[in-house]
Amino acid sequence: MAVIGACMLLATIFIAVFAPLLAPYNPKSGENMAIADIYQKPSVQHILGTDDAGSDVLSNFMYGARVSLIVGFFASFISICIGGVIGISAGFFGGKIENTLMRFTDIMIVIPDLPLAVVLVALTKPSLMNIIFVIGILGWTGTARLIRSQTLSVKERKFVLRARAIGSGNFHIIAKHIFPLVLPLLVANSVLVISLAILEESTLSFLGLADPTTISWGQMLNFAFTRGGVSSGAWWALLVPGLGIVWVVLGLTLLGHGLEQIFNPRLEWHHLSSSSKMISRKEEEVKNG
Amino acid sequence: MTAEAQQAVRIRFGLDKPVINCFETLNPLKFGNCLINPLQTQFFIYFGNLLHGDLGISYQTNRPVSEMLGEFLINTLILIGFGQIIAILLGIILGLIAAWKSHTAIDFGAMTFSLVAWSLPTFWLGIVLLFLGSTYLGLPVVGKYSAGMSLQVGWLKFLDVAKHLILPTLTFTVVMLGEYMLIMRSTVLEVLSEDYILTAKAKGLSTFQILVDHALRNAMLPMVTIIALNLGFTVAGAIQIESVFSWPGLGLAIFQAVNRRDYPVLQGAFLIIAIAVIFANLFAELLYSYLDPRVQAS
Repeated sequence: MAVIGACMLLATIFIAVFAPLLAPYNPKSGENMAIADIYQKPSVQHILGTDDAGSDVLSNFMYGARVSLIVGFFASFISICIGGVIGISAGFFGGKIENTLMRFTDIMIVIPDLPLAVVLVALTKPSLMNIIFVIGILGWTGTARLIRSQTLSVKERKFVLRARAIGSGNFHIIAKHIFPLVLPLLVANSVLVISLAILEESTLSFLGLADPTTISWGQMLNFAFTRGGVSSGAWWALLVPGLGIVWVVLGLTLLGHGLEQIFNPRLEWHHLSSSSKMISRKEEEVKNG
Repeated sequence: MTAEAQQAVRIRFGLDKPVINCFETLNPLKFGNCLINPLQTQFFIYFGNLLHGDLGISYQTNRPVSEMLGEFLINTLILIGFGQIIAILLGIILGLIAAWKSHTAIDFGAMTFSLVAWSLPTFWLGIVLLFLGSTYLGLPVVGKYSAGMSLQVGWLKFLDVAKHLILPTLTFTVVMLGEYMLIMRSTVLEVLSEDYILTAKAKGLSTFQILVDHALRNAMLPMVTIIALNLGFTVAGAIQIESVFSWPGLGLAIFQAVNRRDYPVLQGAFLIIAIAVIFANLFAELLYSYLDPRVQAS
């Protein structure tokens, strides 16, 4: 499962990085655009048709991949940093610090993300940096909770006690012992956070709060929807960017779940399964002692 | 309280002045001695009005905010209510079946559907369904009523709203269903691997009995918490769906108010959402402690 996800993600990254070489037209050049070009059906010249301004959907798709992925990665990077720091601090120090941090996390979980993000982005300038910042500071709560529970379980291990006995400082213990054990789960979780960030960015762009000069997939959908795409029957402009979003998010989700399965294996069989593997496995365990 | 004391309280909290004297406070030379109340007094004035049930007057429509938001809230509740109920019922049933038949084709299909439904942007699913529904099924495209229908009464009006409700509810259900099925499946898998299931099987209970009496009951606990906590996510979904289908609900009100800088409406809408989410969380905690006797004892 993880392998399929990784492949899907790599395909998208490949397209995004090599967009200028792969795209048949440069979407920003305004040459050769006439009224007749708007919402053209897919043809040999424009494989996926044209959008509301007459520019090629395929080229926009490839350039849009860049913006969507960049926003996703950077916003989730902010989220992971905040979530990781809060999680490790809460888990390691305990007591009052943990209480305050966890109450704060609970408050941030309860606040609905999208209305707050809409208001924050709309009342400040709708630019790329703002979107990255807003998505970043709203998406760290899941990571914080997960890292905190993982830190709590790592903290109880013997080598942490021994490190304290030698007299290592707090920071040393965190950096050398706890962090390397928390890291695998953090990586698995960060992949899921990236997928959420990409979804958030496309939603904010669709609602019209993205930077108007950059093309992202959500922005393409926004233009196609609000500029008469449905009534023109231009299914190519509406379907393609959405499929791109689904492809990337699905790839990241598969990758994330696969990694989670590797680092945190979950139960696969139960007592009502059609085969009797549950009982035979327990018998084996008893035999091997 | 004496009259002087009341007047002193009023002056202290700025209640003797109007909320905003003029809007051009940044240019006192041009507009004379222009004052607005500082933020803390504005807050107290707002809170005082709130206790009277007065949420202010919208900048855009000049109608009282409470009136506007009342209509919007009812519409959103209709949309969310139907969608959630269907999604919960289907999610529980399908999640149970998927966990029971884990590692078979049914489970694989259910997992794929869940993952794909979870990865779909809500608004995109709405656009696709809107396109397909209006082109091939002739379902209405926008709003809650067709032209003139809001003045009808009874059965015709109900049918019209129901027709407008199909596509948004379908979108909402599919998105929520993915998440609920996934959670239900993993919870039921954990429950089915417990020892008391083996005991029940040894006692000779039929599979159906075990699933319903033991597995379903124990798996409902986390589901209940998730459903109540999901209210925040539900509001986010409502904004997107209402924007796509122009359903006159709270999400659309927020979106339009943001675009038009209609602050009283925004404040009122956020207040409603905050109260709703707090109550939902409180309800979830109380319900959980009611359903789970282990928690009550502690």
